[in-house]
Amino acid sequence: MARTLSTKDVATDAVTPGTPTRRRRRSYVRPRWTPYFFIAPFFILFGIFFGLPTVRSLQMSFYTERGVDTSAEFTGLDNYATLVRDPTFYKALVNTSYYALGSILIIVPLALSLALLLRTRGLLLREFFRLSFFLPNAISGIVVAIVFRLVFDQEYGLLNNWLLAPLGLPKVAWLADPAFIMPSIILLGIWQFTGLNAIYFMVGLQNQDPGIHEAATVDGAGPWQRFRYITLPLLKPTTVFVVTFAIIGSYQLFAQPVALVGEGGGPNRAGLTLTMYLYETAFTNLDLGYGAAIGYAITVIIVVLSVLQMWAQGFFRKESA
Amino acid sequence: MSWRRVLVYLTLTAAVAVTLLPYVYLITATVKSPGEIFELPVELLPDAITTEHYVRLFSNELIPFARQVLNSLVIATLTTLLVLATSASVGWGFAKYDFPLRNVLFIVLLATLTLPLQVALVPLFQMMVSLNWLDTFQGVVLPAGASAFGAFFIRQAMLSVPDDMVQAARIDGASEFRIFLTMGVPLVKGALSVLAVLTFLASWNDFLWPSIVLRSAERQTYPVGLANLIGFYNTEYGTLLAGSFLVTVPIIIVFIAGRKHILDNLMLGSIKS
Repeated sequence: MARTLSTKDVATDAVTPGTPTRRRRRSYVRPRWTPYFFIAPFFILFGIFFGLPTVRSLQMSFYTERGVDTSAEFTGLDNYATLVRDPTFYKALVNTSYYALGSILIIVPLALSLALLLRTRGLLLREFFRLSFFLPNAISGIVVAIVFRLVFDQEYGLLNNWLLAPLGLPKVAWLADPAFIMPSIILLGIWQFTGLNAIYFMVGLQNQDPGIHEAATVDGAGPWQRFRYITLPLLKPTTVFVVTFAIIGSYQLFAQPVALVGEGGGPNRAGLTLTMYLYETAFTNLDLGYGAAIGYAITVIIVVLSVLQMWAQGFFRKESA
Repeated sequence: MSWRRVLVYLTLTAAVAVTLLPYVYLITATVKSPGEIFELPVELLPDAITTEHYVRLFSNELIPFARQVLNSLVIATLTTLLVLATSASVGWGFAKYDFPLRNVLFIVLLATLTLPLQVALVPLFQMMVSLNWLDTFQGVVLPAGASAFGAFFIRQAMLSVPDDMVQAARIDGASEFRIFLTMGVPLVKGALSVLAVLTFLASWNDFLWPSIVLRSAERQTYPVGLANLIGFYNTEYGTLLAGSFLVTVPIIIVFIAGRKHILDNLMLGSIKS
């Protein structure tokens, strides 16, 4: 079976017709296109279903194309000019950035603290803790949002009845009051993604050489000093990784807000994210060229912010750290 | 026990309680009567246990739930198999051969890791329309079949396959494809199983693309089906919760069964590199 599929038989002929195969292999020369045989399946699929549409999308963003069967009309940068003056796009950008900033600023320190606690020597039930913290991340965003509609419900929700009421606070209309919709989505994000990032940090902490910490202790460094001057700097690659993935994930947020406040983003569109706006533009209103432009805007934002934060964390300065 | 240890346990227990509470509440709400889910005071445990939400869920009056779960299973399985095959193959190609364009192609691959699906979404939809692939499984599976992350992840693992072994096999006359199958693949089994779990999970939970491609209830995956049910708020919420709970059960079983292996290996590969 494997023999008939092998590249050797086919490929050697192609390179050196007539040369005895045995001789060729002795000198360890492989058929020239064997490597391409291995990378072809991936690049064919990737090219057709991602590369091609990515290029086509850029082209489309310079056309006005409404509806699937209508012809496209070249309008140059019109879509982008509309984009920068579109109040709904601006709203979606602000909402999504609010989510990204709010969730990352809370999740990263929280996840690091959890990871440090989970590293406590001789901790009982460590496996149970780790598994519990990972669980929310493994659940579909739709399912999480379905559950959190019960958490945020104004009359019968857990948050109002079990947390705010005992504190003597009034009931909050979490999913109906525009001022509270984004905070609700951030709370959901914290619940769903802190544990995953805590596990990333645990791996980062595991890779640190305990010798350095011991040496610092011998030199009289206190716990805070060791954390500030050894643990944190050594953790930088992990932090860069965590923040990059958080940015990428945040700006793609879609399922959770759709299920939480509806496709339109709820009252005053306070829960509308960029991807929701892309979906609405392209697949509800069938404004395809404009949708492609929004897709590119999301991508540029993700790439620029990822690179900016890597630069801010000094990722490009040295390969070490 | 020192006061510090007590504090560590208290904090962790509180964090676990906050993490698990919504999930436990979900489970108990699925067996409450419709009226009791929306009733004051809000209580964790039901007054009386009812299975009516599960009965209604499988009666297919609202959505063909069993069918949609099966669709999810088929799509996630096919996607996982395809991603494993393409990733293993391309990973081997990049790790074990030197060829013109290798570095260029590899940099292209790395660069696309940060690109979201959104960048290709609209033309990809048009492609599905012109191929007549709307409402088909291949419309979901094939576009997800080449994962840049998977290619990168397996390539990193394949680097550890010793070159001497590969050369020895070549001298023995083994074909390149045979070397890949009998040496490359078995030596990166760990990485492949982690990729399998991650891919299956991502596909099982995916919403954006399936909601665009899959149109009829009979073809939809469970996240699309459940999302469509949300409109029937209150009256059918118990049914929605019952479905939500059931689709998490396989995930929990997989994670409890393979927790050590999965959690330990999950991020190692990606962070190390």
